[in-house]
Amino acid sequence: MNLRPSTILVLVVSAILFVLSANSYGFALTLAAFFTLGIFSFLYKDNPMYKFCEAVFVGISAGYWFVSLYYQNLLAKLIDPLVADPVGSGAIPYYVVAILGIMMLMRLVPSIGWISRWPLSVIVGATAGLWFITYLQSNAMLQLQNTIMPIQEYAADGSLNWYQSIGNLTVMIGTITGVIYFFFSKEHKGAFGTSAKVGIWFLMITFGASFGYTVMSRMSLLIGRMDFLFGDWLQLIL
Amino acid sequence: MPNGTPQTFMDKVQALDRRVVFLFIALAVAIPLLFNVVFSEQVSPIVGSIFERVDNLPEGSKVLLSFDYSPSTVPEIQPMVDATIRHAATKNLDIYIMALWPTGQNIADETIHRILEPEFPDYQYGEDYVNIGYKSGNQGLINVILTDLKKMYTTDVRGTAIDSIPMMASIRNLRNFDMILAFGGGFPGVKEWVLFAGDPGNVPVAGGVTAVSAPLLYPYYPSQLLGLMGGIKGAAEYEAELMRRYPRFETATTPGLDMMGPQAVAHIVIMLFIVIGNVAYFATRKKQTTGRGA
Repeated sequence: MNLRPSTILVLVVSAILFVLSANSYGFALTLAAFFTLGIFSFLYKDNPMYKFCEAVFVGISAGYWFVSLYYQNLLAKLIDPLVADPVGSGAIPYYVVAILGIMMLMRLVPSIGWISRWPLSVIVGATAGLWFITYLQSNAMLQLQNTIMPIQEYAADGSLNWYQSIGNLTVMIGTITGVIYFFFSKEHKGAFGTSAKVGIWFLMITFGASFGYTVMSRMSLLIGRMDFLFGDWLQLIL
Repeated sequence: MPNGTPQTFMDKVQALDRRVVFLFIALAVAIPLLFNVVFSEQVSPIVGSIFERVDNLPEGSKVLLSFDYSPSTVPEIQPMVDATIRHAATKNLDIYIMALWPTGQNIADETIHRILEPEFPDYQYGEDYVNIGYKSGNQGLINVILTDLKKMYTTDVRGTAIDSIPMMASIRNLRNFDMILAFGGGFPGVKEWVLFAGDPGNVPVAGGVTAVSAPLLYPYYPSQLLGLMGGIKGAAEYEAELMRRYPRFETATTPGLDMMGPQAVAHIVIMLFIVIGNVAYFATRKKQTTGRGA
């Protein structure tokens, strides 16, 4: 392996810093910090350290979820019940499910991959059935009901509650115009077109707010990592 | 630009290396963290409604906490969990802990060891709080335990038979709880609790989610969702209100409030870059339009 002098220097310095840190702050903490910094190194440019850290992360995640799924699902919900009572009448559903699971794995064999469509259809059908009533109730009917609000809302002392009234009106206009925008069976001209344009504004403002929340979410994760590096590892935060 | 190289200041701004932006963001986060910049927080109605509901629950009320997140979202969700569990224990509520995510079970254990056991030594396992742990099934699990919880849960995380735990005696299903507090980092999460427990079972559901998920849940507030803590802001508001009402927590750790300082500064830096970028864009576009017209 032909390494450049700069690469060798970086590796040697990293190793020295790792040993010094492990002596001062502990091995596990140092390992976590080095993996964090390894991932951050991608911000400068792609490099072997980042690739190594990424591979370790993906490998550990895959391994963890595999073990978790095996013990929590396969073993607990299929193998143990079948082992406990392999020939009783209660075992039949488990055998059916096991066969469906094996049929699903046929997807990996191109020549007989069509077999996996049967268990897939069971999953899709069951999910649709489970979600159908729930979605209709919670995401359609109750949402519709909650949108029906008074335009004029009054406080306990009888005075007009301007804040709530304007809020209710905004929700009503935003909902109607937003839905109008998505009605493509009629050309967006005249009053209908103007309503659709208002709906677009509501949608864009909503997307902007949603984007702002996304930025906050990502920043929080960065702050969490920085807090770990400066607080838990280097102990610079009092 | 005929030869591809920046010519004016605005051209240089438009061609700014992204690593300069990364550096500014890193400094915007690191400096407030190191100098402990903390801003005061006022509770908003959407977070305050959760606080008031928990605060007004009578002693001994049954509250179900669902840990539906993984270590990747701990920085956002853990502060709100810590604050809520402190609040519930202060009010002497019966705390039932479960998880829809396998990682949630471990995080719940760690939270109990870090918060409940040292700060509330009078709280007894099995009498005041219990951890029934994780079961697979996602929304299907909620669907089953809405009618029969003990069909899915026969033991707690310690392997103790569920029927031998005193505080589980009065629990048959989710309808026996006075409130469900779900903390979610994705699917399954708060939305599934609303759809499969709150609406069909008429059980009050409130939650805390990552900021990414919060906008998707606002339509459910306030009729289907009692309240919502969205990201670290929601956590900071809950912590602030908890400290205000219960001064004993003024010395407790407040990661939500601590993280809002760097959060605010970083957001200001991002907004500045957006403004600068847009000014540079429109300036160079105007120059190109003027150049073509001349």
